[in-house]
Order: sequence, then C-alpha cells, then structure tokens
Amino acid sequence: MIRVRGLNKWFGEHHVLHDVDLDVARGEVVVVIGPSGSGKSTLCRCLNRLEAADSGEILVDGEPVPAEGRALARLRADVGMVFQSFNLFQHKTVLENVMLAPMKVRGVSRAEAERTAHELLARVGIAEQAGKQPARLSGGQQQRAAIARALAMRPKVMLFDEPTSALDPEMVGEVLDVMTGLAADGMTMVVVTHEMGFARRAADRVVFMDGGRIVETGEPNAFFDSPRTDRARDFLAKVLTH
Amino acid sequence: MSALLDHLPEFWQGLVVTLQMTAASFAGAAAVGLVIVAMRVGPVPVLRAVATVYVETLQNLPLLVLLVLAVFGLPEIGLKAGLTTTAVVVIALYEGAYIAEALRSGVNAISAGQGEAARALGLTFGQSLRHVVLPQALRTVVQPIGNIFIALTMNTSLAAAVGVVELTAAANRVNLLEAQPIPIFVGAGLAYAAIAACAGFVTGRLERRLAVAR
Repeated sequence: MIRVRGLNKWFGEHHVLHDVDLDVARGEVVVVIGPSGSGKSTLCRCLNRLEAADSGEILVDGEPVPAEGRALARLRADVGMVFQSFNLFQHKTVLENVMLAPMKVRGVSRAEAERTAHELLARVGIAEQAGKQPARLSGGQQQRAAIARALAMRPKVMLFDEPTSALDPEMVGEVLDVMTGLAADGMTMVVVTHEMGFARRAADRVVFMDGGRIVETGEPNAFFDSPRTDRARDFLAKVLTH
Repeated sequence: MSALLDHLPEFWQGLVVTLQMTAASFAGAAAVGLVIVAMRVGPVPVLRAVATVYVETLQNLPLLVLLVLAVFGLPEIGLKAGLTTTAVVVIALYEGAYIAEALRSGVNAISAGQGEAARALGLTFGQSLRHVVLPQALRTVVQPIGNIFIALTMNTSLAAAVGVVELTAAANRVNLLEAQPIPIFVGAGLAYAAIAACAGFVTGRLERRLAVAR
C-alpha cells in the first residue's frame, strides 16, 4: 500500500531523514516510535507530501505521490491524516467539519454527507456533540472528531501523527480505543506515537527510528521483549521503566 | 446655518455621489483584495511576486497622484471613461492593496494546521483558502477592514480635486456662493462622521456575531 525507498529530507543543514525505506502492506498497522527529533513525524508528513522530500520515492497504492496540484489533492483525499493538534476547522461545527471534504472533494450531496457524518460521529462515540463548535469539546472529543473527519473520505490509509501527545492522560484511552477499533476493522494505518501499550497491542509491526534512520523494525512482542539493537534497548529502558 | 439649509439639495446630491462612490469602490476594493491576497499567500512564485509588487506600488503612492494620473493620463493613451467611474476604479485599486494586506495579516493569524488539515483531506489550495482559511482570516480582521472602509469613505473626497462633484466639492461650491466656510464644512464633516459612525456600528456588530471560539 505504501512503499518508501531512499527517502532523504533536510531542514536547512539538518538531515532529518536518512535513506529511509518503509513498506506498509494493505491492512497492516505500522507503529513508528522513537525519541523526539528522530524524524518520525517528518516521515509521516512526507507520506502525503505535507513535507516535500528532497530525494527518494514514495508510492501510495502503486502510484508515485504527485509533486503538486490537483493530482496531489486527489492522492491526499485517499490518505487520511490525524494531527497532534487536531486541527479541526474552528469556524465550523463538528458535523460541518466532517461534511466539508466529502462534499467539496468527492461531490457527495449534502444529505448523504450529513448522514455519513452522523454515522461516523456515532462510531467514534461523540454523536451528541455534532452541533457544537470544536473549541467547546474536550481534547479527546476533538481528536475523535478529527478521526471521523478523516474517515469521512473513506481513505485507503490513515496516518496518525502523535494523535495523543496533546491530550490529558485521562483522554488518551478514548482516542486509542477508537484507533484500536479501526485497526481491528482492517484499516491500513501508520501511527507515530509514544504510546508503547498501543504499539504492543495494536501494531502488526513496530518501526523504531533514531537520528533520521530506521534503526530496527519488527513484530511488537519480539521488539519490546528482546530488541536487537543497543539503541532500541536503551530507548525502551528509558520509556518502559516508569 | 441658513447657508447650509438653503442649499440642502446640493448637499444631498453631493452626499448621494459620495455614498455611491464609497459603495462601488469598496465592493471593487474587496474583490481586488481577495484576488491579491490569494495570489500572495499562494504557492505560485510568479503570482506571489506580482501581488507583492502590486501592494507595494499602490501603498507607496499618494491616492491623489494616482487620481490625477488616471484622469489626465488615461485619455492620452486612448482610455476614456467618466470622471466618477475613473475615480471609483482608482480608489478601488488603491484601497484593494490595503484590504489585501489586512486579509494577509488575518491569514497569518490562522494556525498553519488549519490549511494543512484542509489540504490533507484533499481540498485543493484554492478550496482550502476559500472554505477554511479565508473565512477564519476574515473574522479576525473585521475591525481593520472597517477602518479601511472609513478611510476609503474619506478618500472619496479626493475625487473633488479631479472634478467629481461629491460631498466635499458640493460643499466647496456652496461656500463659493455663501462664503460661510464654518457652517458649510462643519455640516459636510458631520455627514462624513455619520457614515463613519454607521461603519463602526456595523463592524462592531459583525465582530461579535462572527466571533469564533478557540
């Protein structure tokens, strides 16, 4: 579904992605972990070209990601994205947030968009918040609304860029539950996160990044129980001790 | 006082012209401003450059110079239009640069994540500008745009210098007959103040009605 080869990205002098190769199969859930600044968010943002890579190729569903314009917009319509800071449209209600893209991008009728939006909001458990402005919702509810908004486009892949990092601890669970449900339904997912419990529970494969490189990748139980590299062992020792 | 009351029809005529010019040139300026800001925040380098040059040029020339240039210069190159029309177009182009800058500050005030989220959903740049970024940007700059409207109203009086008989020119003509500048120009000033007060009232209402919770 996603194939990345030789991806390099610089921010000025800083080499944030270093010859990254990554494959994500249809229906696979890949969780990307690693310390801050390891390039995992940048990798995620390169996949739908919110960041333009400097070299290397990215294929989504067999097609190279277009550089710009309408072709790029069409690709993004098929690739859902959930952000750390939710990024719900502040001037629209939750329902309108979910309805906008299907109507403007897919040309779906208002009635159908509204019906789908209500279904999706019910699916993520915030049906009763439909008429509110995003700022009136808790962080967890906002993030679930953002997931519903992405799902409304019926994406082939979902990208999650640290979806729970901006949440109060007690709201992390409700968002992870929705994501676990999605994974169980067979959605192809790339999840950048610090939630090791989620990685262990929902991931088909864990990718560990450090210094802009993929250092280790493996099946979650094997990775968490017996990491092969020192760097991964060191990282896990720090995050799993408390 | 009688100097004012004896010439109410002339004042009324002038006021009507001022109001017409204000409405037409503000509508034009809004359209120009939207187009320029879309070019200026857009991804196409050539359009960005054109928009930047446009704004810098028009903001850095006095409106009176532009008016005189247009009224006397355009016929030289074969472009002939009525005085009022010419003045309205010049004022619209000039104030459009200011509206574009006000809108741009509004766009900058909206977090980059809003546009990113829109584009990540598959909206084109134009769609994300139209449905997500500009509606929010506009809400944050209602007050500055109200100020531009008021400045534009006052600036229509510069058209008097190129022969348009709007409120200020009408007052001037009455004064030539009556030689009572204080009541006559205070009267004209009050009419401008009334327009500005209306604009202030409307922007205040709009600002409250459009407020977005963040």
